This record gives sequence, C-alpha cells and structure tokens, in this order.
Amino acid sequence: MNLRETLRVALSALVANRLRSALTTLGVLIGVMSVVLLVAIGQGARTEVTGAIEGLGSNLLFVLPGDGEFGAAPTRSQFTLEDVEELERELPGAERRVAGSVVGGEPIQAEGERVTTTISGVSAGYLDVVVREVARGQSFAESDVAVGRRVALLGAGIADRLFPGQDPIGRTVTIGSIRFRVVGVLEQVGGTAFGPDRDRDVYVPVTAAQRLFATQRLDAIFVRATSTATVEEDRQVVEQVLERRLEPDSFSVLSQDDIIGVVGDILQILTLVLAAIAGISLLVGGVGVSNIMLVSVSERTREIGLRKALGARTTDITRQFLLEAMVLTGLGGAVGLAAGIGLAELVALFAPIPAEVTLWSVLLALGVSVGVGLVFGVLPARRAGRLDPVEALRRD
Amino acid sequence: MSSDAVLLEALDVTRTYRLGRDVQVPALRGVSFQVERGDHVAIVGSSGSGKSTLLNLLGALDRPTSGEVRYDGRDVRTMSDAELAELRNRRIGFVFQSFQLLPRLSAVDNVVLPLVYRPGGRRERRERAIAALTAVGLEDRLDHKPTELSGGQQQRVAIARALVTEPSLVLADEPTGNLDTRTGDEVMTLLEELHSERGTALVVITHEAAIAGRATHCIELRDGLIVGDNGGGA
Repeated sequence: MNLRETLRVALSALVANRLRSALTTLGVLIGVMSVVLLVAIGQGARTEVTGAIEGLGSNLLFVLPGDGEFGAAPTRSQFTLEDVEELERELPGAERRVAGSVVGGEPIQAEGERVTTTISGVSAGYLDVVVREVARGQSFAESDVAVGRRVALLGAGIADRLFPGQDPIGRTVTIGSIRFRVVGVLEQVGGTAFGPDRDRDVYVPVTAAQRLFATQRLDAIFVRATSTATVEEDRQVVEQVLERRLEPDSFSVLSQDDIIGVVGDILQILTLVLAAIAGISLLVGGVGVSNIMLVSVSERTREIGLRKALGARTTDITRQFLLEAMVLTGLGGAVGLAAGIGLAELVALFAPIPAEVTLWSVLLALGVSVGVGLVFGVLPARRAGRLDPVEALRRD
Repeated sequence: MSSDAVLLEALDVTRTYRLGRDVQVPALRGVSFQVERGDHVAIVGSSGSGKSTLLNLLGALDRPTSGEVRYDGRDVRTMSDAELAELRNRRIGFVFQSFQLLPRLSAVDNVVLPLVYRPGGRRERRERAIAALTAVGLEDRLDHKPTELSGGQQQRVAIARALVTEPSLVLADEPTGNLDTRTGDEVMTLLEELHSERGTALVVITHEAAIAGRATHCIELRDGLIVGDNGGGA
C-alpha cells in the first residue's frame, strides 16, 4: 500500500473518531504551544534585558569589586576617589571619561511626599560617561563635588512624584536626614521591563553621598571609551592602573559585551529550563497518544484481521497505525504552534516583554511532536501489525 | 490427474494448539486432499471437527504444525509473512459467516479494500469495485453503508469483495450461517454462478447437508480427520 493510500486510510479512521482524535491532539497541542510560548517569552526577555544593558550607553567599561567570577561571594569594594583621579590622568584623551559612583537606598522627602529610592553619589562627569541629559536646570559642577555640596539631580519620574505639577528646581529635598537643593531634572529615559526604573534615580555629588553613607569608598567606576575600537585598549590601561593600586583579584573590568554575555547566558539557561518544563507536557501528550492508539488497535482488532486476510502485510498495518499517530501529533504540533505564536503575540501586547518566536523553537516543536507520534506510535503500531489474523477475525 | 490442474493440496496436515504449558489440543490430525482449478468443494463436519482450523490453513492465515499446504506446488510453510499476505491478496477471496464488512465504509469502499494492497490507481480500483458490485446485483447500493443493507445484501457485498481481486479460489466459511433459508439459498446460487462463470474454485465450509450436497467434491471432517471424501470430479 503506498503512502498516499495509507494516509487516506489513517485520516478516515481519525475522522471516524473525531472527538477522540481531537482530545488526543489537544494533549500534544498544549505541549507544543507551551514550548513555543515559553521559549518566545524567554527569548523576548533576553532581548529586552540585553537591550536595557546596551541602553546604559555604548562603549562603557564597568569596574566592579570582586574577581568577576560568576557565583563568587560579594566582595566589598576597595575603590576610592583617588582611583578615579588616577584613571583620569592615565587614560588618554579628553577628561570626563571616568566616573565613580556610590549607591545606597535612602528615603527622600519633599513636603509631604516620602519615597525610598536609589541615591547615587556620582562624579561630576558621570552624566557624560553614561550619556544622560539634563532636561531642566543643570548638572552639578566639579566644584560642587570638590566641596561635597548638598545638591541633587532628580530623575524625571521621581521629580514628578515629589513635586507633582511643580517646578522642583531650587526646591529642597531631605535625603536621609540631610537637606539637598534640587539643581536639575534629568531627561526621561523610559522604563524597561527588567532592572531598575532609571527615572526614579536621584544623583548627588559623590562626596556628599559618601558623607551621607558614612564611607570613603566607591561601589563602581565607569569608564567610557571614545570608540568601540578603543574599548579593549582602555580596559588594559584601567587594569594596569588598578593592579598597581589595589590588591589583585579585588576588582574586575567588564565591558558591556561581557555583561550582556553573562546575563544573556543566564536568560538562555532560563529559556531552556522553561522549554524543558514545557517539553514534559509534550511528553505527557505523547503518552496520551500512545494510550489512545492502543485503545484504537484493540477496538479495531477485527478490522486489522480482515485487512490481513485481504492481503495487508504486517508492515502495511504497522505503517497505517504509525501514520495515524503521527497525523495526530503532527496536527497537534501545527495547531499548537499557531496557538503558541498567537499567545506569545498576545502576551507581548499586554506585557512589556516582546514575543520572540525563534525558528529553532518552531522546528523543535514540530519535529518533536511528529517524533513523539513516531516514538509513542511504535508500540501500538507494532502490536497491531503482529496481530494474528485468525485470532483477530474471531474477535467480536 | 495432471498436476497442473491441482490448485491447492493438503498433505498430511496437522495443527495442534497449545493451551498452557502442557496441554496440547490437536485440531487437525493429518488430513490430505486436493482442490483442482475451478473445483467446487464442500468441507462439512460438526462444530469442533476442525473445519475452521482447516479453513485458516487453506486461507494462508495460519501455518500447519506439520504436513504441507501447497498452492501451485509451493508449501506455505516456506513462505514469509509478506509472501503469505500476497498469496491471500492475489489468489484467495474470503467470504465469512459474519460478512466482516467495515461499518464506516460504503459498499464500494469495502469492495475496494483488498485492491489497496496492490498497485493501481484509485479510479481503476473504484471501477473494478463497481463492476464487482454490479456482478452481484448491487449496482444501486454502491454508496450504502453496511448498516443500511440487509443481511443478504451485506453478504453479496462480501462476495463482491472476494471476487474483485479475481482470485483462483474463494473460501466461504458458513456463508449462509447468518441468513435465513431463502436468502442463504440466493447467496449460494450467486456464489455458484460466479464460480462457474469465472472458473474460480469454490471451497465452502458448512455444516448444512443441503449446501454440501450442491458441491461436486465433498470432504467430511470428524475430530480432525477426514472421514469421507468423494474425490470430486477426479
């Protein structure tokens, strides 16, 4: 019996049991749908996060405490403002390429409103290094940093929150228990789905922040390379300078690509874990197919016996049932794929995660679903093929 | 008797069923006979005489425990499963007591069934099935499902299915067993007509003496042995 004829017989048998076929297909459908959907979300999250990191400004080098090994214990920073000054001297080109920052969470209050947010103490060059613009007012100057003047720059979001409908420039905010004068409001950057809302940040001179947090240290140093091509050159300079001044392995210099790589790897693993979990439901769907095919074989024992009496070979029967199983799962796979893509797009509409249906997840889902039919169809199909026609015909 | 005329030959055929480890039930205990081309044979015997076992062996649905069943001189025990399937498909047409039609298929599609296991186009198969149904007088019932047909009509569909492959042998197992006397008589007449028109050998298994009496060659079985064989036209 040729393939087309086998397919026709398989389809007519499936149509004869419409409801059962549909329900069996549903198991595989849900499995494939979950794989496609979860992978789309995982990939979307990855794109979103790497995009957010890239949005921090290109050609950035991050100097962070610790040896940068993934999973290492948090290390206390040893950086100080002298390190920043030294780096400024050693790095060629214009100034304002290096900025230090010290970060803490503190309540900030203006009139009645009180919010706890991230207070960043930064060098005067910080906004130039990370490329952010002042929308109103002005940034603080070198001299403000030098004397630790109590002035503050507000993110657009926090400014709106503390001074709704008012001009915050010149007004006073209380951070911790110290009063700061607002000198500027930053340009809105817009939220990303993951990571902190940078419009809620408050920036004060690093020296004022060190006094506020009672520390001499910095949490991080940012270095901006003049171009992508010089990122590696700058990294070497930074490493040489800091190796002279600090204990070895107490710091690490990461480029944006390094961070994207690490975060991307983590999210890739997350995506694979999600896919694996969804894959389990696909497996369960496959077991359902196997089960129903066994029922079908036992119900159609007489038909099988008859077909054998009429000249069907064992392989004809085996193929017919195998194809039935594969049509079931293939159909479930195709519909599940469409449903998965549709749901992913729907999620993207309502959540800030872009759906990213990848070719590999589509091919995997379809391949696996047909494969599931093949694997889980083999047992029932072989059982059907091996039926003794004499016994089978006697059955009623 | 020239050996060319012999279509089917059973030589000292036994068939023993194993029930459990030590219990063996001999259903056939050594039967030998011949069916010639175009022969009309009746195999009679009471229930338990080994009739059905013999039918399964003649129909190449089963292999003997010992002895030989030869088609055109070839022993079925030497044939592979695929060869047996081909033998059943090309040489043998079955007519069962309970018709064995597939309920979800129309009359035509039931008759087409044996043709899908051999090469050929769909249109050609359908044409042959229609011709076979016309030959049994059901040309106006082509698209009826078995449930929409009377018992006699269902058995005629089954006969059309047996003949559509132009076999050299039709094996009918109690073909009138589920039919009333008049309808059974019509079905037998139809089988005999087609047998003599087409020269197809006809082997009917029955316990009804009246039906056995219509055959030219009658083999009587009892307890797995042949107790009477009138030798047919030989």
